[in-house]
Amino acid sequence: MDLLNALVALLNFVIVPATAYGAQLALGALGVTLIYGILRFSNFAHGDTMAFGTMVTILFTWWFQSMGISFGPLPTALLALPFGILGCMALVLVTDRMVYRFYREQKAKPVILVIVSMGVMFVMNGLVRFIIGPDDQRFGDGERFIISARDFKAMTGLREGLAIKTSQGLTVVVAVIAVALLFWFLNRTRTGKSMRAYSDNEDLALLSGINPERVVMYTWLIVAALATVAGTLYGLDKSFKPFVYFQLLLPIFAAAIVGGLGNPLGAIAGGFVIAFSEVTITYAWKKIARYLLPDHLDPDGLVQLLSTDYKFAVSFVILLIVLLFRPTGLFKGKSV
Amino acid sequence: MNETVKNTGLFALVGTLIVLTGVLQGWNAALTILNMGLISAIMAIGVNLQWGFAGLFNVGVMGFVALGGLGAVLVSMDPVNDAWAAGGMGIVLALLLGAATVVAAVMAHRKLPAGRARGLIVAAILVGGFFAYRAVFDPAVQSVEAVNPALEGYLGGLGLPVLLAWPAGGLLAAGAAWLIGKTALGLRSDYLAIATLGIAEIIIAVLKNEDWLARGVKNVIGLPRPVPYEIDLQNDPGFVTRAAELGFDPVTASTLYVKTGYALLFLAVLLLVLTMAQLALRSPWGRMMRAIRDNEVAARAMGKDVTRRHLQIFVLGSAVCGIAGAMMTTLDSQLTPGTYNPLRFTFLVWVMVIVGGSGNNFGAVLGGMLIWFLWVQVEPLGALLMDVITLPMADDSPLKAHLIDSVAHMRLLTMGVVMLLMLRFSPRGLIPEK
Repeated sequence: MDLLNALVALLNFVIVPATAYGAQLALGALGVTLIYGILRFSNFAHGDTMAFGTMVTILFTWWFQSMGISFGPLPTALLALPFGILGCMALVLVTDRMVYRFYREQKAKPVILVIVSMGVMFVMNGLVRFIIGPDDQRFGDGERFIISARDFKAMTGLREGLAIKTSQGLTVVVAVIAVALLFWFLNRTRTGKSMRAYSDNEDLALLSGINPERVVMYTWLIVAALATVAGTLYGLDKSFKPFVYFQLLLPIFAAAIVGGLGNPLGAIAGGFVIAFSEVTITYAWKKIARYLLPDHLDPDGLVQLLSTDYKFAVSFVILLIVLLFRPTGLFKGKSV
Repeated sequence: MNETVKNTGLFALVGTLIVLTGVLQGWNAALTILNMGLISAIMAIGVNLQWGFAGLFNVGVMGFVALGGLGAVLVSMDPVNDAWAAGGMGIVLALLLGAATVVAAVMAHRKLPAGRARGLIVAAILVGGFFAYRAVFDPAVQSVEAVNPALEGYLGGLGLPVLLAWPAGGLLAAGAAWLIGKTALGLRSDYLAIATLGIAEIIIAVLKNEDWLARGVKNVIGLPRPVPYEIDLQNDPGFVTRAAELGFDPVTASTLYVKTGYALLFLAVLLLVLTMAQLALRSPWGRMMRAIRDNEVAARAMGKDVTRRHLQIFVLGSAVCGIAGAMMTTLDSQLTPGTYNPLRFTFLVWVMVIVGGSGNNFGAVLGGMLIWFLWVQVEPLGALLMDVITLPMADDSPLKAHLIDSVAHMRLLTMGVVMLLMLRFSPRGLIPEK
């Protein structure tokens, strides 16, 4: 019984939240990695792109809610998501046309593009704060739980409850669909194949008649969709705050780099590696230890390796270890 | 128009802007802008050393600035003797243990033959060391933080004059930069950027959470000042008569006096740093740095030790940022880790360097002053603009209220637009590198 209780507690406090968080990071990291693979720079504005897409989704959600449209037990935000994606696509295409294209034509060094993306980050960040304000926004509605802790306890008679939030379940389902679509697109369609060809060898791809502007446009469209989905899921799961999205940049980059920049599979793996390490290292293991250890060994403290405020440190240390021992990431990434 | 005239003109423009502020918004506001502008200029020189001279992409400026601030606290505050008695030695011992663990792990990694055994031994040293460290550290921290938690609850500083804190802040930042550079400088530019971004966040997290060090988010307030207090000046009959002779009331005169005092101190530091940076730029060492920046492979082929030179300039630039951070904390008389935000302390400094002209120290100074002026003044200007835009709207319109509330966020937008325009149309900055 104790073992079961420990297992449920582990599921409830570590595995379920980490899986949801990992899926969100993976979607974010996919965006970063695609831009790196095809446009060949690290996009510092990615967190704010996510924030912008989410903001559009939220505005549509509020509008739908005010009209009384709802999605039954699922959050209304899911209905608004396509509009958020469209809004985000418009933004990134305009940004590309007005900002990045110039540097592409000049064949500017990647580091210049990174600095340019810092400027874009400022603008997007300001835009989001300007439109929706810097405060916390909650926009989740519908059923809160797929299974709540109390129901689970009643069902199983265990002392520990297992709660799975709708947003968590939804995150995993949506992420799986998004990733499946992405891989289908990259591996099966003509455009997807030309994107991979362009990423592998730009000159050769140009030689075989691939239109680079088209590849770049599709990349931005996909990145906008991924960023909006990731941002909306994160916002549903936690809450929406522009500054938090800006700060997500670090774990997202860590995930992309740990997996190997430019490698989509790596980005997904990296997302989960980062999420699971963050949660396991900052979780207070006291509860689980109490079930597993004999009574006289019960821990006095929280058995927490690091306080939750150090979660950045965790992603960072993993990043550093991977970079020192496997500079191209767990899966082989590329280097510019 | 030759270059000297143009550059003098640009500096004169910034001067005029500040004087205009003085005339329109009061000299107090103008001096406030000037003081932070001088500090920003020093930060910009620090980043310019790293980016402009050596092409190192450091987006962890915030961390070094915060470390400088910590330096100011550690040097100038009085030691809290009760806290030292309660657990000071425990903390020192724990930190030594932690350092010993890392050193032992690195030694083991270097000395032992590669293989699974080595990995296991290194991991065992790290895990064992971590638990030993926590076992000593946690009780010591608890007893330190229990000492008069409303006012103290930390170890305090050395109680030395606050001016000493400025070089000390620089040293602290330099030490951290050395550690970081040793591990991260071998990385490619994007990786270095992410690494420094992360380190800055970690430094802030440490400052926020380690209450025994500098009270965390409870803030250390009332740092000693290098200039007299306003209230003392107002109580000094000699000062009051002199102020009256000049036509000031004592309160205004005392604030202006204090701020001018700070401005002169900051100006002295700025001139010192600028002179040194300028000498460095023109020395053979500076030429070597730029050669490395422009073609690393060629420089390496000429026998230059690129990694060491990079480490050197990374440490120097970070130290300059640390000095600026210590000065800023002194100016505020408080260390508030909660207010450090990468947009303001890292990316804004980058805007300053890019706009001013990377690779040119005078450009960095100009960018620092000008962008800081804009950063402060965009808000009132934006409010003015919004008032004009919303004039035709009904007073109770929600859009009007929203627009006026959002003025505060115009800053980021403006900075982004300024930076993008600059990068597009004048990528070498206002005062380009020679």
